Amino acid sequence: MSKQIQVSGLDAYYGSHKAIEDVSMTIEPRSITAFIGPSGCGKSTFLRTLNRMHEVIPGARVEGKVLLDGDDLYAPNVEPVSVRRMIGMVFQRPNPFPTMSIYENVAAGLRLNGRLSKSKLDGIVEESLKGANLWNEVKDRLNKPGAGLSGGQQQRLCIARAIAVKPQVLLMDEPCSALDPISTLAIEDLMAKLKDEYTIVIVTHNMQQAARVSDRTAFFNLAEQGKPGKVIEMDETSRMFTNPTQKATEDYITGRFG
Amino acid sequence: MTTTTGIQHISAGRRFKDLFVKALVYLAFALAVVPLVSVLWLVISNGVARLDLEFLTHSMRGIGARDAGGGAYHAIIGTLEQVLLASVISVPIGLFTAIYLVEYGQGGRLSRAISFFVDVMTGVPSVVAGLFIFAFWILFLGAQFSGWAGALALAILMMPTVVRSAEEMLRLVPNDLREASYALGVSKWRTILKVVLPTAFTGIVTGVMLAVARVAGETAPLLMTVFFTNSINNDPFNGPQMGLPLFVFDQAARPNDTAVDRAWTGALTLILIVMLLNLVARLIAWWRAPARGR
Repeated sequence: MSKQIQVSGLDAYYGSHKAIEDVSMTIEPRSITAFIGPSGCGKSTFLRTLNRMHEVIPGARVEGKVLLDGDDLYAPNVEPVSVRRMIGMVFQRPNPFPTMSIYENVAAGLRLNGRLSKSKLDGIVEESLKGANLWNEVKDRLNKPGAGLSGGQQQRLCIARAIAVKPQVLLMDEPCSALDPISTLAIEDLMAKLKDEYTIVIVTHNMQQAARVSDRTAFFNLAEQGKPGKVIEMDETSRMFTNPTQKATEDYITGRFG
Repeated sequence: MTTTTGIQHISAGRRFKDLFVKALVYLAFALAVVPLVSVLWLVISNGVARLDLEFLTHSMRGIGARDAGGGAYHAIIGTLEQVLLASVISVPIGLFTAIYLVEYGQGGRLSRAISFFVDVMTGVPSVVAGLFIFAFWILFLGAQFSGWAGALALAILMMPTVVRSAEEMLRLVPNDLREASYALGVSKWRTILKVVLPTAFTGIVTGVMLAVARVAGETAPLLMTVFFTNSINNDPFNGPQMGLPLFVFDQAARPNDTAVDRAWTGALTLILIVMLLNLVARLIAWWRAPARGR
């Protein structure tokens, strides 16, 4: 239950502003791919093009190809909603639905998309919460509001919500940037566990995190403010952090940037 | 006044300014509350005498000019029916308009035009709304005076208030939640129905109640649409009805004390009905409140 993503010649725009230019890469299944780079270089924008969330913003558009196991996500007759059902997303700030309980939050994706029997739903909710390492903490208060959990728990709730719809790929946009180190560790452990089943892509500002969790790393950068972001280098994480081929990558990783 | 560490004390001038501004704030608060309290006091002290079972269960049919007794049952029924019908017309239209403006319009030409006309409608005097329904519904289409005609006029007045308040509330729903829903592969209309509307529900209910409170006290549009009657007419679609504001207007204009007493009690009843509706709305909002532990 995990698919490969192949991107070729992808440009993304906000209105007339080109945010990323000519990105091509292959994201392997059952692995964690990390995107690093300075703020505003288009990492998050690129991540959002992978499940057609970019075009939700008025005026935003994409050119190029994204293939999920060979199927083009941007082919003219593709329904964006079905793409997002296959490629889930976890956001920077935990965003559980405030009107829903913990149980309803996890069940949201399934419930909003159709009917399932109560027992089947119960099973999937339990399985997803266990998958997100949250079950033991919340099993006695599934009917309490999801917004009452701590930030780290909320983020794991959002991960449980994302995996409950059984996506092929999980995109994570700086999932730990609003969390404390202990919650961050919990999420990182969770990612290591989830990569057995999912293709995971993570955007992070934390280079130690990229080095710790990812198998492959892509470094994004932009020539100067206002210019579109590009992929400078992409390689095995171990090689990126020890022996990068590009000077800019080395400067960024060693903190001598700019 | 500086201590050895360089930390400064609050100067006398700043203390004075602080006190002065505080006094101004309290004064403004008192000024705002005085009319409210005095209106309530006046209505309650004058109206409570006739607030009895007869007033709530009888009409004015067969009550002579100098007779005591009689009641506003016909007016209460009329007001409740007219306001309910007006809400049934204006709340769905207003809500759908707000949803279009916030979720679909995206600042396009049509949404700007709608916004402009909603603003214009907010400024329409209530007499004009009544005159419009009178000219269009009763003179042009030849329908008779009825509670329904009154409800149409009230709906015109309610709609912009509902649109504006619902729009405000929908805009307050964080975009994160919409994106979270889209990212689960939920379609846009289901996201609006299941995520956006429930999140904004409490605020929308409050807005609708404000609109209801506004039109429940309207007299002018009723004069030309529901006309007037002293008898009970339970059918809002047939024949003249009464409304509480009309009842107050009519009774207060009569020369006897008994009639003026009835007017005060009518006003008190109107306030009580609006308060009761507000209470119901609060209860609904509390019952649906997101952060309540269940």
